[in-house]
Amino acid sequence: MTHPIQNFHGGVHPEENKQVSTQSPIRVAPIPQQVFVPLRQHIGEPARPCVAVGDRVRKGQIIAKADGYISVAAHAPTSGTVTAIALHPVPHPSGLSDPCIHITADGKDEWIERIAVDYRTTNISTLRNHLRDMGIAGLGGAAFPTFIKLNPGAAGAVKTLLLNGGECEPWISCDDMTMRERAAEVLQGAAIMRCMLHADTVLAGIEDNKPEAIAAMREAARNCDFPVEIIVVPTLYPSGGAKQMIKLITGREVPSGGRSTDIGVATFNVGTAYAVHRAINHGEPLISRVVTVTGNVGRAQNFDALIGTPIQELLALAGDAPEPVTGYLMGGPMMGIELAQTEIPVVKATNCILVKSDRLFPPPPRALPCIRCTRCADACPAELQPQELYWHARSKNFDKAQDYQLFDCIECGCCSYVCPSHIPLVQYYRYAKSEISAREKEQQAADHARSRHESRLMRIEREQRERAEKLAMKAAVKTSDAPARPADDAKKAAIQAAIERAKIQQADNVNNHPSTK
Amino acid sequence: MSGLAILLGAALGYAAVRFKVKEDPMVEQIDAILPQTQCGQCGFPGCKPYAEAMATGKADINQCPPGGEEGIRKLAALMGVEFKPLNAEHGEPKPKSLAVIDENICIGCTLCIQACPVDAILGAAKQMHTVIASECTGCELCVAPCPVDCISMVPIAENVATWKWKYPLIPLKALH
Repeated sequence: MTHPIQNFHGGVHPEENKQVSTQSPIRVAPIPQQVFVPLRQHIGEPARPCVAVGDRVRKGQIIAKADGYISVAAHAPTSGTVTAIALHPVPHPSGLSDPCIHITADGKDEWIERIAVDYRTTNISTLRNHLRDMGIAGLGGAAFPTFIKLNPGAAGAVKTLLLNGGECEPWISCDDMTMRERAAEVLQGAAIMRCMLHADTVLAGIEDNKPEAIAAMREAARNCDFPVEIIVVPTLYPSGGAKQMIKLITGREVPSGGRSTDIGVATFNVGTAYAVHRAINHGEPLISRVVTVTGNVGRAQNFDALIGTPIQELLALAGDAPEPVTGYLMGGPMMGIELAQTEIPVVKATNCILVKSDRLFPPPPRALPCIRCTRCADACPAELQPQELYWHARSKNFDKAQDYQLFDCIECGCCSYVCPSHIPLVQYYRYAKSEISAREKEQQAADHARSRHESRLMRIEREQRERAEKLAMKAAVKTSDAPARPADDAKKAAIQAAIERAKIQQADNVNNHPSTK
Repeated sequence: MSGLAILLGAALGYAAVRFKVKEDPMVEQIDAILPQTQCGQCGFPGCKPYAEAMATGKADINQCPPGGEEGIRKLAALMGVEFKPLNAEHGEPKPKSLAVIDENICIGCTLCIQACPVDAILGAAKQMHTVIASECTGCELCVAPCPVDCISMVPIAENVATWKWKYPLIPLKALH
């Protein structure tokens, strides 16, 4: 029984380089002396610290609570003392620092009390809140809070639960190794998510360059108490993109600007499913993840590393770089972000640390002008017109860029990869996207300021009127009490005269313009 | 004839009331472009009065420093006039800032509260005042009235949330 595969548009096939990091099993990284837990590790509002400097914390203790709806908690990855809540470099393309909770480990690695939850008998809303407080965010790279995606919404809106084991980026193998070694746990996580979503079908998509993972997942699926279909998809970047994986497996396309749930599919990374299992069945919050350390290192391998571990600790474990290091990437060569320094901690989104050398990653040739060959359009998995987007983003014609569905771009880099002129196209799209978002925010702020200014003006006017009325009342009270003064008499006479004049004028009008009826 | 005249007159009168244009739509459109800092650098007491003056031809399009060059371009396009550079008499564009009150110096005089066009300062007579950062437009109107000079304008630092991708500057290969 083979599941029909519907290829998505475009895609590229860069050299995989995955086997170098799959030669040895996942190694548990030792506890570092100091960890730095960023408050902003997920999409949405940063978590709010709930510990103070000097506090002793235990492993798994909540140290920052979810703040707002789109947010999840953060936890102490090991036991120790909070030494600071301060800025520290974080993995971000800006290279800027962001607030982190600094913890000095005591080496005891002393857990909090871990309480498992029976998901079969627990209310779904309670489970969702539990996952938020367990800090679960998508481990595929975007780090979107998982509990939000586990909202079934209108009953039966999500029919299919799709486990994404695509892992299409070159060099990265953390999902591969997770599936090889932890397939049963991944499917136990899927069981929880299936129950929460009331999903009918559970599917898992894995690229055909991971035969060991496919075998392990199939073996685990056989021992499962619910049907799971393991579907092998051809190796083609970016098959691991949620929308591309959905197209491959269901043949359906997520509408422009829409979400996968719009077509009844909820997609989760296999690592996320594992984290859900640990959180619900073992009471362990998300404090560690599998990270591939590869590229220009002595021994490329996967580590089970605590969140907050400075990447230099992992680099030291992976051995000396055989060639001169020219930089570090978090993620793969297609979509990864440059890391300026090695004190940067592992975060929930850190799937890979890729060490560069000039031989492995030669600097890109100089860009030439666009010749409008449209090879980028052939390669675009979102079926956009990258050459048009480039044109409009480059000339800062943002309205036009949006007309060409700029925001459907997944920034996969296929267009830049095939560009014969070596134009860094994605950089232009990122620039245009962030410029458009900033303008929208500015416009909202301006509208907000306008309404506040208008209500202030209205308030001032009202206060003035009320004051005048009060004064008039006071004056009226005074005049009725006091005997009429000559000045008042004169005023009264003047008013009386005016009334008389008006009456005369009215009478004249009636006489001069008789009704035409 | 006169009956018809009355009928049409009534219809017109009704239409005048029923379809009355409350405000000049041009003013609204101009006001939508202005940055709403309400700073008064243009010489008018707020963005709306400046918009009204522009709509009636009493003010030029290049008097708004916070709107910057881009604002002037948008206004020029809307009004169908030529772009002109910002009139330096009205000031220069500055990085977006927030007013910060030194709470140790503040004497609680309420003058800044009265000056703030968007009610972004909280406080009462003889009580310490503070700026609600999320509401401050950075107009600087509170700075001058302060008798003890305890308000300073602090530029908003770039952080991970406000950082923007830069325009790619790539060396193009010389073709010759």
